[in-house]
Amino acid sequence: MSTPIAAGTLSGSSPATSRARTLRRWRRRIALLGESTPATVGIVVILAWVALALLAPLIAPYPPNANDMTALAHTTPSRAHWLGTDHLGRDILSRILWGARPVLVIAPLAVLGAAALGSLLGLAAGYYGRWIDLVITRACDIVLSFPVIILYMIILAHFGSSAWNIIGVLTLTKAPIIARIVRGMTLDLREREYVAAAKMRGESALYIMLVEILPNARGPLVVDMCLRTGYNVIIIGALGFLGIGLPPPDPDWGGMVKDTYGMMMVWPHMALFPCAAISSLVVGFNLLAVGLRELGLRD
Amino acid sequence: MTDGPLLDVRDLRIAYTTRAGEAVVVRGVSFQLNAGEALGLVGESGCGKSTVALSIVRYLGRAGRITGGSIRFEGRELTTLGETGLLAIRGRRIAMVYQDPMASLNPVMTVGRQLMEAPMTHEGVSASAARARALAMLAEVKLADPEAVMDRYPHQLSGGQQQRIVIAMALITGPALLIMDEPTTGLDVTVEAAVLDLVRELRSRHHSAILFISHNLGSVVRVCDKVAVMYRGELVEDGPVRRIFTNPRHPYTRGLLDCLPTLGSDKRQAPLVPIAGQVESALVRSPGCGFAGRCAHVEIGRCTSRPIPSATVREEPDHHVACVRADELSRWTRRSGADIAHEAGAPGEPMVAVHHLTKTYEPRRRGLRGSRAPVRAVSDVDLAAARGRTLAIVGESGCGKSTIAKVLSGLEVATAGGVTLDGVEVGALAVDARSPALKRKLQMVFQNPDSTLNPSHTVGYAIGRALRRLQGRAPGDLTGGVARLLEVVKLSPAMAARKPRHLSGGEKQRAAIARALADEPVSALDVSVQAAIVNLLTEIQAAHGATLVFISHDLAVVRYLADTVAVMYLGTVAELGPVERVFTPPYHPYTEALLSAVPVPDPDRAVARILLEGRVPSAGEIPPGCPFATRCPRRIGAICDETPPPVQRFGDHRIACHIPGDELRRLQTALVEPRPTGR
Repeated sequence: MSTPIAAGTLSGSSPATSRARTLRRWRRRIALLGESTPATVGIVVILAWVALALLAPLIAPYPPNANDMTALAHTTPSRAHWLGTDHLGRDILSRILWGARPVLVIAPLAVLGAAALGSLLGLAAGYYGRWIDLVITRACDIVLSFPVIILYMIILAHFGSSAWNIIGVLTLTKAPIIARIVRGMTLDLREREYVAAAKMRGESALYIMLVEILPNARGPLVVDMCLRTGYNVIIIGALGFLGIGLPPPDPDWGGMVKDTYGMMMVWPHMALFPCAAISSLVVGFNLLAVGLRELGLRD
Repeated sequence: MTDGPLLDVRDLRIAYTTRAGEAVVVRGVSFQLNAGEALGLVGESGCGKSTVALSIVRYLGRAGRITGGSIRFEGRELTTLGETGLLAIRGRRIAMVYQDPMASLNPVMTVGRQLMEAPMTHEGVSASAARARALAMLAEVKLADPEAVMDRYPHQLSGGQQQRIVIAMALITGPALLIMDEPTTGLDVTVEAAVLDLVRELRSRHHSAILFISHNLGSVVRVCDKVAVMYRGELVEDGPVRRIFTNPRHPYTRGLLDCLPTLGSDKRQAPLVPIAGQVESALVRSPGCGFAGRCAHVEIGRCTSRPIPSATVREEPDHHVACVRADELSRWTRRSGADIAHEAGAPGEPMVAVHHLTKTYEPRRRGLRGSRAPVRAVSDVDLAAARGRTLAIVGESGCGKSTIAKVLSGLEVATAGGVTLDGVEVGALAVDARSPALKRKLQMVFQNPDSTLNPSHTVGYAIGRALRRLQGRAPGDLTGGVARLLEVVKLSPAMAARKPRHLSGGEKQRAAIARALADEPVSALDVSVQAAIVNLLTEIQAAHGATLVFISHDLAVVRYLADTVAVMYLGTVAELGPVERVFTPPYHPYTEALLSAVPVPDPDRAVARILLEGRVPSAGEIPPGCPFATRCPRRIGAICDETPPPVQRFGDHRIACHIPGDELRRLQTALVEPRPTGR
């Protein structure tokens, strides 16, 4: 059953009405997200982390790298340190709040990079076919056949570890996966009659790929990007744990676990709280992905 | 079995819960079906006919529910029956056949196992007995070599064969009621005819009652005794087939009959009369007649203020109609035009000409070993469409008609021979290599309304983009042009802001035509359009002098729209000529078979049907002689298998056949009704 939409919404295309229309469309989309419980929970978790990260300078009780020597005797959670302190007397709550910032920048940026690069590769492979397809798919297979963690260690050890390098590495290693998805959808979509019509109008290959094909692949792509953001959060944690994440002393969830997991038997809270932070964010992204897929299926 | 009707539906009401609110899609439908009877339920899409069918087996899904009325089947009330009771009836006493056979068959199970499943689970018979039943059933649905078919998987069979198997599966338990929902939509004409004949034959043998749902009045006539016409969830008219077709009383029924092209009519004599507007949403409606908004005979007040009861038509006790003005309307007559031949007007120079066109495809190499022989999709075809005229190319799927369209449009390149477009040779030019002027000359309207418009773009964007590319308009200067084009195809300018999913099939088709019309192309190329679009194309052709190359398997539409017809079979032209010559004897035997297969919405005309045996050989295994020899009912001997047929010319009419034209004429009777002289 088609959704009835108000007739006569097009009274010329003045910028004001078109802005109102865009606004209305977004409001409708957000209302739609609310219909899926997983999506709602996911969004709430993610937005909560974003808010905490943004407000970290205001709400964090201590500077993230400040050592409270008096707390060293008593590292477990207390009234002064809600989540306790680590072995150097740094407030864990403050470090988790500050540590959310790099993760929430790096993970999405890396996904956007991977989506951009992967989409282009996948579109080219699927649309042109023949040797272009062969070269791109084989190249992707080669990247995917490497054990990723070893790949990260090699690259980051060589170029040094910084936020930009991590984004670059994640982009390169995730792009082949996106490329595969997009290629598969392009193979189907390029046979559609609207693509033939565009060819007959004399549109360029780039136009056909980006304007005619890609928008119709966006549904599964957005779901996958969401999942992949969650995975990136895990990988950033893993890199920190391996000591090739963000350089110390600035807080980094994975690094926090690495520094303290040796004391797990005595003071489990030092490693557990950062772990919980990582999991909750990953679960948030996964739930959003599940919800988006559910809504995509229903439409 | 109890007395009384087998199926008794009374005052059935069904509602769906949607995001926009409660939609009542069936409002008070009543009908009876006796054992062994066939009832045709017809109406446009969205009128609720499938919902009625699904409600009988209670497959309404989560959103739909029966809000009132009763469905009694063999004396049992189905609306309140529990899940266990339903299980005993579904598949066993009531079987269903749907439109897409592939969706009804399990792709990973052999046909045999699927057929044996129902008797084994429902009746607990042994595997060997079930196998024997399955074999007998396959023979009954006229599948050659049932033993071999049993071991096949669904994808190894053709669409027609699949549908036969679905029918066999439905009938194997000997159901008392068979519900068929558009069972032949999507099949080729000849296959459709064969399946319909099969249904009729099985019906008389099995005494199963049939509820036959279709939008095609022609196929209803072939199968049913009674017809019920539905509109917006109500039965507007019902009665025996003959009464409905000779004396339709409801304006909606008349509209359905009037917008149907028949083999005897063409665009010059009798324009088709589409029903204005489209089925309105179930969410909004006035208390009165549901059809009032589109009816030409509406009287505001009388028709719109209160519900219209169904009444018996005078002197026809078994014929009911729900129209307050039924008695006031004059008797309906089949549209017919004056008995005039075409104005023979000198054919202009050809706008599109195809000469000795051959297109072969290199099949992908399988594995490391050997390349297979190239597949010949089109071989040595000669055609021409004169300026401002319509050339129709007809034939079953796989005959090469779409390949010709692709070469014309430059989506594929000719292997040999050529194509000229307004005198310019373009056969070897892929679309990228064509000049903007050439691109502008030829645009294509595609077959499938769902895939022809990009779902991500608004209609306005699609048309505007065509204007920019083909006419070189500035991006800021599109609104007027888009509105004008929408007006040409009779869509409201407000449609420009909509995405294709908010459009009906017909609206999508119109929007696609508007897109192809950007810059008034001299020739538009069209693939199989719905009847409602046909008028629009005729008008556009008259107004802009467009040349149409019309590719279709719908012979009635072709008869109506075309000036010249080419009948293709396996990549060759079997027959070519002016439409009135092609549609009268002598025919090529293939044309004869195609014509005889067209469903004719007229119970008084029995057409001797020629059913084609066997299947179309694949393009890789074309016979050395006449391509049609393997299936030809008029095959005269070894010569047909060995020697390619000579092309016999009768003026501008060509037939490729070994049988001399005079002999063909003697053998064949006119299958197209002679022009009715004012019935």
